[in-house]
Amino acid sequence: MNVAETPFDFVTASYLTRIGNQSAGTLAELLTGLEHCSDASIFHHTFQTLGSHHFLTEGFSNDFAQWTLSSTNRNDLAEQLAALDIRDYTSIAALRTDLCCMVRDFCIAQPQVTSQSGLERFYFCESVEVTVPLGHSARNLDEFRDGLTHLSHAAFYFHFISSRLRLQLQTNDFSHWLSSSLGLRTLADSINHIDVYTNTLDSARGKMLRLIDRERKKV
Amino acid sequence: MSEVLLASRIPLENYADVVGAGEIEELRALAKPLRGRSMEMINSTAVGGGVAEILNRLVPLAEELDLSIRWDVMRGAEEFFDVTKSFHNALHGEPYQAKRKDFDIFLSYNEQNRATLPLDAEFMVIHDPQPAALIDGRPPGSNHWVWRCHIDLSHPNRAVWEFLEKFVSRYDGAMFSSPEFSRQLPISQYLFYPAIDPLSEKNCPLDSEFVQQVLHRYQIDPQRPILTQISRFDRLKDPVGVIRAYRIVKRYFDCQLVLAGGSASDDPESALVLKEVVRAADRDPDIKILELPAWAPLEVNALQRASTVVVQKSLREGFGLTVSEALWKKKPVVASAVGGIPTQIIHKHTGLLAHSVEGTAYQIRFLLSHPEIAAKLGEHGHEHVKENFLITQKLKRYLALFLMLDRRI
Repeated sequence: MNVAETPFDFVTASYLTRIGNQSAGTLAELLTGLEHCSDASIFHHTFQTLGSHHFLTEGFSNDFAQWTLSSTNRNDLAEQLAALDIRDYTSIAALRTDLCCMVRDFCIAQPQVTSQSGLERFYFCESVEVTVPLGHSARNLDEFRDGLTHLSHAAFYFHFISSRLRLQLQTNDFSHWLSSSLGLRTLADSINHIDVYTNTLDSARGKMLRLIDRERKKV
Repeated sequence: MSEVLLASRIPLENYADVVGAGEIEELRALAKPLRGRSMEMINSTAVGGGVAEILNRLVPLAEELDLSIRWDVMRGAEEFFDVTKSFHNALHGEPYQAKRKDFDIFLSYNEQNRATLPLDAEFMVIHDPQPAALIDGRPPGSNHWVWRCHIDLSHPNRAVWEFLEKFVSRYDGAMFSSPEFSRQLPISQYLFYPAIDPLSEKNCPLDSEFVQQVLHRYQIDPQRPILTQISRFDRLKDPVGVIRAYRIVKRYFDCQLVLAGGSASDDPESALVLKEVVRAADRDPDIKILELPAWAPLEVNALQRASTVVVQKSLREGFGLTVSEALWKKKPVVASAVGGIPTQIIHKHTGLLAHSVEGTAYQIRFLLSHPEIAAKLGEHGHEHVKENFLITQKLKRYLALFLMLDRRI
C-alpha cells in the first residue's frame, strides 16, 4: 500500500452567518445586490447553502434560485439559476458574473416583472469560516478511509465542496491528495465526479467509501 | 448576583445517537482551543421562556466540553420587569408612550447589577434588552462582549430602540434569529437560530402506547386525520383563522382539529382569545380546544407525533420553534410565511408556506391528498432541523463565534 510523504490532515470548518446590509424585494433589487454584495455573500448563498441543505437533492441548488421560485414565482429564471453548478467555478468572481448575467438578461427580456414585489424579501448574508484541525491525519488509503468514515457533515463539506475555491482547481481536497500524494488518479477522478447536487453529503460519502473499497481490493 | 445551578444534565455522548459521533468529535475539536477561557451568559430569568429553556440545556453541554462557562441571572424588582415588559412589547412594534422614569428605572437596575455581577469573563454573552446596559461595566481590556437579541426588531418603537441602540452599538457583535429582525448597526450582526433539544421531554421519542393514551384522554380519534396547532391562545397565532381553514378542509376530508396551548387562567388577554376560539368552534365535536398545564411537554410531544398535519398559522412570529419541533418529528407542516418560519419551512422542500386562510386550507388538502409527498416533506424537515436547529448546532455556533472573536476574523 502506498504511503504518502505529506499526510492528509482532517480539518473541520464551522460557518457563522453574518447578516449583510442589503436586501432585495424585486428581481431588479436582486440584480443590484448580486452586483454589489461581497464575495463572502455569493459564497454563502451558493456554496454554503449546498452544505446546509445537502439533504435536498431535488430542485434545490442555491438561495437565489429558491427565492426566485418561492417569492417571485418566476420558474423560468429560477430554473436557470438552479442549473448553475458550483463545481464549474474556481473563483467567486466568475460565479458572480454568471449569476448577474442570468438575472440581467431576464430583466431586459421581461422588464414588466422586474419591479414586481416578491412575497418575502431576500436578505444578503455572508459566511464567516472558522477552521479547526480535528487532530488526526492519514498517510495511506486505510487511514484515509477511516478518517473519512468519522467526519462530521461540516468537515466533509469543507474538504469536498468548499475546498474547490481554496484550491482554485476543479477538484476537491480528497481527490487532490489521493492523486498528488498517493498517485491514485483514477480514484481521485471518480471521487471528483460524484454529483453533489443529486447526492446528500451522506450518500456522497457512501459512494466515496465504496470507490475506496474497490481500490483497496486491487492492492 | 445570582448564578444559576442546573438541575438536570444529559451527557453529551447521548447526542451521538441523534446527530452522529462525528458531530460530537467536531464539538470537542472546536472547544479544545477555548479550554481554560472563561465565558459568561447573562439573562433576566432562570425559569420560563425560551431563553432560559435553551440556556438550561446549552450551559451543561458546554461544561461537558470542559469549558469554563457560567450563567448568571440579573436581579430586578417588579418595577424593573414592568418596564422591560413594556420595552419588549414596544420593540415588537406595539404602541408605547416613552417616559423618562421608565428609562431611569431601567438604568438604575442595570447599574445595581453591574455592582454584583462579575462581568469579567473573556466572552460575555448578554441576552435580550433587559441587561443590555451592563456593557457600561465592561472592564478595560480585551474581553469580548456580544448581545443576543431574541426579539423581532424589524418595526421597533423608535424611542425605545434609540435608547437601547446606544448600548448595543458598543458590543463587539449582535446576534439575531432572522436577518429580518436585525437593524442597521455599526457592529457585525450574526444569524443565530434558536434551537430545540432532541432529548428533552418535548422532543424525545415516545412509546406509541403513550401517544394513544394521550389521544384517548382528549377524545381524539386516531383513525381520522388530525390537524394540530400548538400555540398560546394569542390573536397573533390566529387560532380563529385555523378554525376557518379547518372548516374549508372539512368539506373534503373527515378530519379533526386540535388547538392546544398553555393555560389562559393567568393572562386576561389569552382568556379573551380562548373565548373567541370557543365561540368560533361552535361546539363542533371534531374541534378539540386543549388548555394544557404550563408544562405539559410530553402531552405536546404526543399530540405532535399523532398529528397528520401540523399547522402554524401565525400572523406574526418570533422564530416559531413549534415548527422545528414538528419537523423534528417528521411531520408535514403548513405554516405562514412570517418571522423565522420561512427559515424553517423551505417551501415545497421542508413544508408548505401559506399566506391566507384559503391558502392554508389548500395546502392542508394537498398534503392529505398526497401522503407520500407529506411524508417526504417530513423527512426533509427532520434533516433540516438536524442540520440547523438542534441544541448541538447552537453550541457549535457559539464556539465558532468565540473562536472568530478571538482570532478577529
